[in-house]
Amino acid sequence: MREVAIVGAGMTRFGELWQSSLRDLFVEAADEALRAAGADHVDSIFVGNMSGGQFVGQEHLGPLMADHLGMAGVAATRVESACASGGVALRLGFIEVASGMSDLVLATGVEKMTDGADVTNVLASAADQENEVYHGITFPGLYAMIARAYMTENDLTEEDISWVAVKNHKHGAMNPKAQFQHEVTLEQVMNSTMVSDPLRLLHCSPVSDGAAAVLLCPLEQARKYTDRPVRIVGSGLATAPMALAHRPDPARLDAVARSAERAYGMAHVTPGDIQVAEVHDCFSIAEICCIEALGLLEREAAVKGAVTGCTALGGRIPVNTSGGLKAKGHPVGATGIAQTIEIFEQLRGEAGDRQVEGARLGLTQNMGGSGASSVVHIFEGV
Amino acid sequence: MPSPRYWREIPNRFRLEAARCTGCGTVAFPARTICPKCRGRELESVRLSRHGKVVTSTVVRVAPDEFMMEAPYAMAVIETPEGARLMTQVVDCDPDTVGPGMEVDLVFRLIRKEDHGGILCYGHKAVPVGG
Repeated sequence: MREVAIVGAGMTRFGELWQSSLRDLFVEAADEALRAAGADHVDSIFVGNMSGGQFVGQEHLGPLMADHLGMAGVAATRVESACASGGVALRLGFIEVASGMSDLVLATGVEKMTDGADVTNVLASAADQENEVYHGITFPGLYAMIARAYMTENDLTEEDISWVAVKNHKHGAMNPKAQFQHEVTLEQVMNSTMVSDPLRLLHCSPVSDGAAAVLLCPLEQARKYTDRPVRIVGSGLATAPMALAHRPDPARLDAVARSAERAYGMAHVTPGDIQVAEVHDCFSIAEICCIEALGLLEREAAVKGAVTGCTALGGRIPVNTSGGLKAKGHPVGATGIAQTIEIFEQLRGEAGDRQVEGARLGLTQNMGGSGASSVVHIFEGV
Repeated sequence: MPSPRYWREIPNRFRLEAARCTGCGTVAFPARTICPKCRGRELESVRLSRHGKVVTSTVVRVAPDEFMMEAPYAMAVIETPEGARLMTQVVDCDPDTVGPGMEVDLVFRLIRKEDHGGILCYGHKAVPVGG
């Protein structure tokens, strides 16, 4: 396998972007990534997208997006793994370059969620329709059940969960691409509307539009495009039973742990080596479960990570310096690539006020559904 | 939910038909052809008991359109004595009282109505024992 580097990145702002269509979002992000690297062609494009079909009635995104980028003719494929679609698009791009099949690949993600679709129902299609959704469960409901199971087994309080949202909003306030560039107080989070007990509105990531793109090439060619490439040193993808009821322990995200093991193994690093991480906080409880499953902190420290500041900027292991899904926004198919861009910038020393000093090794974890799929990547500054 | 799809699900929705692996004893609900634990292909049909215990739960306050009139309602993962687990609503009680460990019976109820004047969709809901 060849070594693979990221040499360019581009993303739209995340938010309710009513002036931009699905294809507009893609073109803005992809073109920015190409321009950043000074590349005028690609061999292949992967488009991470959860549900163009249900959100805006548009499938077949590979050729559509290649065409609008002025690259009709190039190989282009849409990739779907619910909210992990972006992370899986990166993995496929990585594999294609590593294998020698292609030299220059765009790994992208895009989602247009605010064009009037019934978002709750569309997102629910990432759960088990026949055994879960049929009976009236929602996504906040599934994560609420994960939270309650975790609380039953552990000393986890609603306040611990709320601190995760406070911390991520604090980070997001420093991110010019974030949907919510403002802080929230613990009181605001704890008093926000109950959505599905024990999860409140401010524990939930928002409905967002957005796109993100990174350009990949073999490390040995990277200097043609940038002085500061970032190497992908590990990639792991794993699955778990789709329905919460079919997992041995609803509080444990086995796909996250397995995907992490695979990525650490490939990178020959341990969780303790990671200096900055973007973790899938679609609901604040998920950040706590994922930090534990990734091995970044032991269970007790994971529960209190945001309370103690251990996972905040300046802490032992800063998590979601971008603001996470909570504050940066969560255009589902774009999220995995946006996480990648945050780590790309951190490892290049370009994260501005959010910079983790001296960060050399970073990690992204992107999850589909209620944890039925998870993809982890590990990156190293070169 | 188109009618053929609903019709296919009747064995598990109406009769709680599950499959027990003759190799490792795992009970899968709804029934499957391959054991999720040992990949065995020899599975026998078994009907779940109509009672169980709450493993984890929530109260859905922001509901999907079809369930809006019922909100807030409790939902739970229920484990039956056979070791099978299923997602159901928990009804006929104050939803705030539902939590892990609660003993429930599974009762046959209307679950939802198909869009645009379609069929009525039935299945099981849980009610607290002695509630």
